[in-house]
Amino acid sequence: MTALSVRLRKHFITPERDFMLDIAFRSTSQRIVLFGPSGAGKSLTLQTIAGLIKPDEGEIALNGTTLLDTANGIDLTPQARRIAYLFQDYALFPHLNVRQNIAFGLKRGWWNPSKHVAHADVDYWLNAFDLTQVARQFPAQLSGGQKQRVALARALVPHPQLLLLDEPFSALDMALRQRMRQELADLQSRLDIPMVLITHDPDDVAMFGDQVVSLHEGLVQTHDAQDELSPSRQESRSTP
Amino acid sequence: MDQAWIPLLLSLKVAGWATAIDVVLGVAVAFGLSRWRSSARELVDSLLTLPLVMPPTVLGYYLLVLLGRRGPIGAWLDKFDIRLVFTWQGAVIASAVVAFPLVLKSARTAFETVDPQFERAARTLGISEAAVFFRVTLPLAARGILAGALLAFARALGEFGATLMIAGNLPGRTQTLSVAVYAAVQAGDDSTANILVIVTSVTCVVILLAAGRLLPQRSMASVR
Repeated sequence: MTALSVRLRKHFITPERDFMLDIAFRSTSQRIVLFGPSGAGKSLTLQTIAGLIKPDEGEIALNGTTLLDTANGIDLTPQARRIAYLFQDYALFPHLNVRQNIAFGLKRGWWNPSKHVAHADVDYWLNAFDLTQVARQFPAQLSGGQKQRVALARALVPHPQLLLLDEPFSALDMALRQRMRQELADLQSRLDIPMVLITHDPDDVAMFGDQVVSLHEGLVQTHDAQDELSPSRQESRSTP
Repeated sequence: MDQAWIPLLLSLKVAGWATAIDVVLGVAVAFGLSRWRSSARELVDSLLTLPLVMPPTVLGYYLLVLLGRRGPIGAWLDKFDIRLVFTWQGAVIASAVVAFPLVLKSARTAFETVDPQFERAARTLGISEAAVFFRVTLPLAARGILAGALLAFARALGEFGATLMIAGNLPGRTQTLSVAVYAAVQAGDDSTANILVIVTSVTCVVILLAAGRLLPQRSMASVR
């Protein structure tokens, strides 16, 4: 069973905004949704879980492994966390073709995989996601749905222990959105990989929200009752 | 034709080496500057851009003072029997210094326009920081760096003032095309000057055409 516990605090100061992120949740669900309006701190939370942002203080533990514990000086690099991240606009490498993009995480060292890289896992995902026909194309030549499948395949190839998805359907049109939702739900059940999805779309919550963490202005608003939060979370805060 | 061939080959050799040095140093410094969060960043950038605005003869004089046998660097190099003044290697240093800001500026802009999202994506895929640079950042900045390298090569090929100061005008040894044109005109040798000017012009056109062919091929993937 998956166990993810997150407690983060970070003060962001930019010329436009003074923002306090103060998040805590714990989950044993396979599908967690971070739900809230734009600017609530969902992406920042996700990036901190992935190790892309360093919080001022906090702890993150996944399946008994401590990924972050600022009090004890533990902060695993994103590389060491084995957490896949699906970016909102997919962040496919524009200079690499579909095959190279998917094989990216399989190859260590300073050189990118070759244009014709052959690997069983790459071929598996090309087949599974119906991408064989476009394997030699570059990201700019793909449709929205294809881009998302390539990004998913690229994220899943290194066998991550957690999948983070940043508004995965927002770049797709309505019809495609519903299909990709179903595809992702099926895939998640099949792989049995835990995932954290962020969205402001209630339809995503209905589909993936085994546990819902609602965020507003950097704070957790409500949460599904099964997991307790630390008492300090109940305090109201006057951060902007 | 020897009076044209020898300076031409020397010019190409000097400009080639100067560009190679500038690309390696320029890319390293530009990447460092693009990631350095310090208030001193723009000051360092300005200092390194000085060769672009200073008269080449002034730069040549500085180099002469530094690299001459009694200069701090020249005296040290002399212990190893290395002399840069009045050698083609001295001309390489002069051209490299004069053309350096062109690579630096282009490369820094190129690095700063690479979307950091791609680097983040690469990190979550488990590759090392060095690999992120060589596999993602550098290829995405490559067009800008290449454009800077071509400008630097063209600038190095036309270098005159600093080269004359430090490498002199030794036919067959340090006399590059631009220096040879000046020497021929000074000597009243119009026929040699005519040949040199035509060779220089043709070389420049060939380089521009080559650059034009080189660049579009790099753009097969639309780089954001």
